[in-house]
Amino acid sequence: MAVLVFLLLRLTPGDPAAILAGDAATAEQIDRIRASLGLDRSIEAQFAIWLGQVLTGDLGQSFYYRMGVATLIGQRLEPTLALALFTLVLSVCVAVPLGVLAAWRHGGWLDRGLMAFSVGGFSVPTFVVAYLLIWLVSLKLGWLPVQGYVRFSENHLLFLKHLILPSITLSFIYIALIARVTRASVLEALGEDYIRTARAKGLPETRVLLRHALANAAVPIATVIGIGIAILIGGVVVTESVYAIPGLGRLTVDAVLARDFPTIQGLILFFSFVYVMVNLLIDLSYAFLDPRIRY
Amino acid sequence: MVRKVAAAALLGLILTCAHAQDKVLRIVPHSNLAILDPIWTTAYMSRNHGYMIYDTLFGTDEKNQVRPQMVESWTESPDHRLWTFKLRKGLEFHDGKPVTGDDVIASLQRWGKRDAMGVALFGFVDRMDSPAPDTVRMFLREACSFVLDALGKPSSNVPFIMPRRVAETDAFKQIEDYTGSGPYVFVKDEFKPGDKAVYIKNKKYVPRKEPPSGSAGGKNVYVDRVEWNLALRDGQAQVNALKQGEIDILEQVPFELYESVKSDPNIQLPDFDRVGFQYMARFNHLNKPFDNVKVRRAVLAAFQQEPFLRAQVGVKELYHTCASIYTCGTPFASDAGSDIQSKSNMKKAQELLKESGYDGTPIVLMKPTDLAAIQKLPDVAAQLMRQAGFKVDLQAMDWQTLVGRRAKKDPIDKGGWHMFLTAWQAHDIWNPISNAALDCRGEQSGWFGWCKDDRLVELRGQFMREADPAKKKKLAEAIQARAFEVGTHVPLGEYRVPMAARKNISGFFVANGNLYWNIKKN
Repeated sequence: MAVLVFLLLRLTPGDPAAILAGDAATAEQIDRIRASLGLDRSIEAQFAIWLGQVLTGDLGQSFYYRMGVATLIGQRLEPTLALALFTLVLSVCVAVPLGVLAAWRHGGWLDRGLMAFSVGGFSVPTFVVAYLLIWLVSLKLGWLPVQGYVRFSENHLLFLKHLILPSITLSFIYIALIARVTRASVLEALGEDYIRTARAKGLPETRVLLRHALANAAVPIATVIGIGIAILIGGVVVTESVYAIPGLGRLTVDAVLARDFPTIQGLILFFSFVYVMVNLLIDLSYAFLDPRIRY
Repeated sequence: MVRKVAAAALLGLILTCAHAQDKVLRIVPHSNLAILDPIWTTAYMSRNHGYMIYDTLFGTDEKNQVRPQMVESWTESPDHRLWTFKLRKGLEFHDGKPVTGDDVIASLQRWGKRDAMGVALFGFVDRMDSPAPDTVRMFLREACSFVLDALGKPSSNVPFIMPRRVAETDAFKQIEDYTGSGPYVFVKDEFKPGDKAVYIKNKKYVPRKEPPSGSAGGKNVYVDRVEWNLALRDGQAQVNALKQGEIDILEQVPFELYESVKSDPNIQLPDFDRVGFQYMARFNHLNKPFDNVKVRRAVLAAFQQEPFLRAQVGVKELYHTCASIYTCGTPFASDAGSDIQSKSNMKKAQELLKESGYDGTPIVLMKPTDLAAIQKLPDVAAQLMRQAGFKVDLQAMDWQTLVGRRAKKDPIDKGGWHMFLTAWQAHDIWNPISNAALDCRGEQSGWFGWCKDDRLVELRGQFMREADPAKKKKLAEAIQARAFEVGTHVPLGEYRVPMAARKNISGFFVANGNLYWNIKKN
């Protein structure tokens, strides 16, 4: 991954030195800046230096901000983490019950409604959802702020108010994904013999659905939550831009536009690490969700 | 224990109330602030940051006249070779140390290594000294006419005065210490790149008595704190935030949202910029066919300004055509030599191209897809050039790729280029010295495109030395006429970018840039 990221960035057109120097800089000034950034060295030499840093836990220094990449990521982590957690909780809380109900009332209006919502959730771009919500909730109704982020330590209430709209925006696609998979998994479980047996025993329908159908459908649902982290990371970039949230998504956009190679490399490694770790946790949770699975 | 807790709670409440009562000016600047050294880069955001925290020896007022700022008085010897500047009393850096002549000398020397006009000025400077803490002397090898114009230069790179210990930093390394003597103090601990930059009022600052005008005059501060919101970059989101009162000032209103902002009863559009910006097309003089003056003149004839302005700006009240390469409304503006563009038409362009012997080489025209301020210009340019008979290879790329590529002097088959389009703030191009497109020393030129014309070099040299204002004006006209004659570049008309503010904000003045003193929040 590290090699791929490094090489792709070096093959991308654009010169960080020219960007830093400003519009009226001379070619000689740009050359001097390029040398000061170490970009006049061969790609092999640059890679060796960077790899050496990464192996010692040093993500390097941002060309653009002249700060440690790890420090930059640390500064921007809280907004993204808060947004991702809110979105995750909101999505799971809405999508799983919706999926179960749709499976239970398979073919009914709720099921068809959920399917239509899913298509919409997948198809409508995140920024469109964001602008529509801002127009309605913030501009017309005046209930919530249109942009910005307030740190939890600064003001708890404002922290919550600033996260509601971005979380709803980002959760659309995630709800669509989880709800569809929940519906399909529960629907499959509802056709199994043990469900028929449970109903024959006279168990209440709620218990049949939650204790037997949903419990047996939990593994695919957990899997899709893990896979969806990638969608979440992509969505964070757009959502943070529209709502002016100074998180990792916004940092990624700025770093790409400025050709800030160390920051882009650091962010991609960080996102990859998060993705792998979340999916590892999901894999480990299988043993908890399904006692038949043993590692 | 209970008393201690109560006392702490009361103190907390008082502090919270005190903070709440602070007048905080919330501004969305036109771009992100990443580089905090306004001498190291020419980026306008770094320049604007510089104006917040630093002061200058001279400023340029709204009528484009140079006025003293940190300087109390100055003299010029009869042979124009010795300039003596006396500093105002009470000038103090944010760390409490007085501003001295040594600080001024170190600051100017560093600026003189980076800025185009600074480099030109220091080409004349023999030495500088400070015979007294409040006095600076500049000894010139030969007389030059633009000492004050250079020291009062309002746009990048502005000769800001820094403490000597900071100004002694290598001109090609960024400074780490942001101590200035200007009207605001930069709060380094609260600076989060890409999020916000914070400035607090410099309570020790002694403003001049004159009213504010341009970068000159009294820099009175009526707010406690200024916060630049660096995270809010989406145009629609910026306007939404302004309409909801979440921000006080929006530096640049997107043209497409101008009518929406204008019609909002809670928003005003202050008249702060009288000269605005100029669009420009730049040739690469190193690559065929633009090494041929006749081909460049064919482009000049084809590029009528109105289509560019209509396509890019669209709002009639925000743009106008202008025959001058120095921008209209500035001291050297004239229409000298502009007939090739202003009185030509497509038929003339076709004839000129035919006469030039153009062989059909495709013109590599670089189009930035992500820079809304100029992204429509290349489409218009390509269409007009095709009508004139050119073959055009319109290459789309993001602005940063364009910025990197335009620095290359390589031939086309090795990643070179023929033409790009850009925009300049008027104060960067308003005289023959600061106008980078007129530096025609071939590959030694200070700006991309590398035009070569000995006559222009000679005329610019004469302009630098000429002290008589009337003769300077004549020389500026001659330079403009020559620039049109050899086709250094093509001016494509002028526009203003409106600033918007909530109606409870007052104190705006004609600054021809984004300057935030004198602003009141009611």
